[in-house]
Amino acid sequence: MTETVALAHNDPYALGHGHGLAVGHGGGGPASKRIIVGYGFWIFLLSDIVMFSALFATYAVLVERTAGGPSGRELFDLRGAAAETAFLLLSSFACGLASIAAAARSARWYYIAMAATCVLGLGFLALEISEFARFVSDGDGPTRSAFLSAFFTLVGCHGLHVSAGILWLLTMVAQVFAKGFRADIMRRLLCFALFWHALDIIWVGLFTVVYLMGVYV
Amino acid sequence: MSDAQAHDPSIEEFDTAPGDEHLDGSGVAQGVIGYLVGLVLAALLTVVSFLLPAANLVWPPSIPVALIVLAIAQMGVHLVFFIHITTGPDNTNNVMALAFGVLIVFLVIGGSLWIMSNMNHNMAPMSGTMQMGP
Repeated sequence: MTETVALAHNDPYALGHGHGLAVGHGGGGPASKRIIVGYGFWIFLLSDIVMFSALFATYAVLVERTAGGPSGRELFDLRGAAAETAFLLLSSFACGLASIAAAARSARWYYIAMAATCVLGLGFLALEISEFARFVSDGDGPTRSAFLSAFFTLVGCHGLHVSAGILWLLTMVAQVFAKGFRADIMRRLLCFALFWHALDIIWVGLFTVVYLMGVYV
Repeated sequence: MSDAQAHDPSIEEFDTAPGDEHLDGSGVAQGVIGYLVGLVLAALLTVVSFLLPAANLVWPPSIPVALIVLAIAQMGVHLVFFIHITTGPDNTNNVMALAFGVLIVFLVIGGSLWIMSNMNHNMAPMSGTMQMGP
């Protein structure tokens, strides 16, 4: 008993002996692996958002440099943008339901929610690709003007993130199918859900700055 | 380290990763309601964003500010209801990282716009014509 007390005295936070005992502010030792993984991925997402902020700044600076070509007001179809927004928001919601299903260890609801997330994400991508194809076939591709270069870079970069997210989504479905809701798989799911929700946050800035302000301001 | 300690809610609720769910099978309805509230709020803000500028309801020069405020509000809704950023003790790290990210985002976007509008202002006679020399 005396020995334990002495140990606790030398090591009041039980460093290296955490897991389930943390009570905030570092008390109780280091956080669990899940919390450290989530924190690390959160920092990656924030750095990704900082990268997008540079693309947003580029777009905002170049938005009026149309080189005699079409402006956003002439190009953008707000109904298309609204449909894309609806797809991505519902997809984010479905992803949240998949997180809940995984936390409750319900494989069936997890697959259903992930399938919904995937279909809605693909719907978003299909709309975006058809919009890009329409612009390019009308001669308004990324080489037309500085405005369109910035537009395709910003919106295309978000579209690439969504595409990568869908590949990751399919990987997570396969991993749960093959390995079940193991602790390491659950940590990857946490990161995937964070990634998918962050994409929706970036899209909020995107439809506001690019589409709504492009048409109305 | 026993199961009783691991499942003590008073311990677990202080220690969360961003996006973490606290479900042991009984809190499913609570979790779904959380996401539903987020969905409804986000959808409401989106609909207002899309309808407000066309509705002739507000003074036209205020529309950009209104749109940006609506967008920031919706980002807040996503952070709270979907990413589960909270003010709990061990979420401090996540909030601090977020605050630093937001600072950099405002510096990059605001700084770029500020500098470029100054340059455009100083070069006003040049813009549009792009004619050099005499």
